[in-house]
Amino acid sequence: MTNALTITDVRKTYKNGTEALKGVSFGVRGGEMLALLGANGAGKTTLIGILCGLVTKTGGSAEVFGVDIDAHPEQTRSMIGVVPQEFNFNIFERVGDIVIDAAGYYGIPRSVAAPRTETILKRLGLWDKRDAVGRTLSGGMKRRLLIARALVHEPKLLLLDEPSAGVDVELRRGMWEFVVDLNAHGTTIILTTHYLEEAERLCKRVVILKRGVVVQEGEIAELVRASGAKNLEDFYLRV
Amino acid sequence: MTSAAFVGYGTIVRKETVRIVRIWTQTILPSVISQTLYFAIFGGIVGARIGHMGGSSYTAFLVPGLVMMSAITNAFSNVASSFFGAKFQRSIEEILVSPMKPWAVLAGYVSGGLVRGVAVAAAVFLVSVAFVRPHVTHMGALIFFIFVTCLIFSLLGFLNGLLARKFDDVGLIPTFVLTPLTYLGGVFYDLNVLPPFWRAVSHANPIVYMIDGFRFGFTGTAVTSVLGSAGILVVVAGVLIVLTLALLRRGFGLKQ
Repeated sequence: MTNALTITDVRKTYKNGTEALKGVSFGVRGGEMLALLGANGAGKTTLIGILCGLVTKTGGSAEVFGVDIDAHPEQTRSMIGVVPQEFNFNIFERVGDIVIDAAGYYGIPRSVAAPRTETILKRLGLWDKRDAVGRTLSGGMKRRLLIARALVHEPKLLLLDEPSAGVDVELRRGMWEFVVDLNAHGTTIILTTHYLEEAERLCKRVVILKRGVVVQEGEIAELVRASGAKNLEDFYLRV
Repeated sequence: MTSAAFVGYGTIVRKETVRIVRIWTQTILPSVISQTLYFAIFGGIVGARIGHMGGSSYTAFLVPGLVMMSAITNAFSNVASSFFGAKFQRSIEEILVSPMKPWAVLAGYVSGGLVRGVAVAAAVFLVSVAFVRPHVTHMGALIFFIFVTCLIFSLLGFLNGLLARKFDDVGLIPTFVLTPLTYLGGVFYDLNVLPPFWRAVSHANPIVYMIDGFRFGFTGTAVTSVLGSAGILVVVAGVLIVLTLALLRRGFGLKQ
């Protein structure tokens, strides 16, 4: 089966000289949910930015379902959905419009995007807020809006960059149920989070970044068992 | 144009048009009010003492200049503020992570500038009818010069939004470049009344050619060569399109 993502020796040095990624390589199998872990500044967001076109890498290559992100950026971007760490929608626009317009950027006409938006917003409990402007939403609702926007073009690969940050326990549970269901229906998911117990529960495999380098990669259960750690959090702290 | 690119382009145009209409008190009304005051004060009160200029009544002389002035400032500020606003809020990332081609993004925002520039120009023209009966000589020249002028200033607005790092950067160009060039571009006076030196200096002002060409559409007479002006403006628009697209493709000011 083609890898959903193949990252080979990816490097990024910012203009100020900061080396965010120092030759990162790993693969993600199609249909899996992978945890991408690391402390703040480890390079997780930079890597996600490179994959979705917001950051220009300075070396290496990346393929999404076998398609090179440099050679065919439009094709790879149409396969990726990204939920960023920070709220990056127009706070003066209405929830429904934000999602429908996002579909438009992917070439999906309004006649198709409107019913799809209704389905997603209902699933995420935001349908009642479809006419509310973005700035009036609570933190948890804004987070779910980002997820709805990322899913409207039905991506094959979903990048979740700390989607549960600032979301209360109850909403987090609902969000994870939704994400698990997506994965069960074939969407490959890469998840970055600081909630390690959630990563352990949701994902089978993990990649741990430390100062721009992959320091651990493999099946979570196997890594934990081989290291003699109690759980993923214990293992993570030992790395 | 592929259908996907067309949908993306249409999405930006629709979004921009809805925004212009939704906040019409900020996008359309201010120019209409200020130009009405210009017509009333300079056309009605002062103009009566001036008499004729450029072969027509002073109020009739003012119409093309004031219409063009509104089109220039609105086309520019619409694109500059909308694009920089999207950059500032980071909502531009919605577009950057999508498969939209750079030319479709540019065309979408520039079309928004054209919509506002032409809408405000039309509104100001309608206001002028209350002060003077308009006489159109060359409709083709009117349409061409309003379109190409809005296109050029929409592109300049996009460049400004792309290069701007803070909100102050978006306000600098209209205040220190657009307003002086427009006021000195023959809105209020015929270039022939200037001394030879200042007349020659005025010919270095690109807005002179836009206003003069547009005025030609009304009066049928021009200070500059209308065809020459049209050719230069088309070249300027072409150069701006190439430059802006090159910056956009590189992700200048947008990508890290």
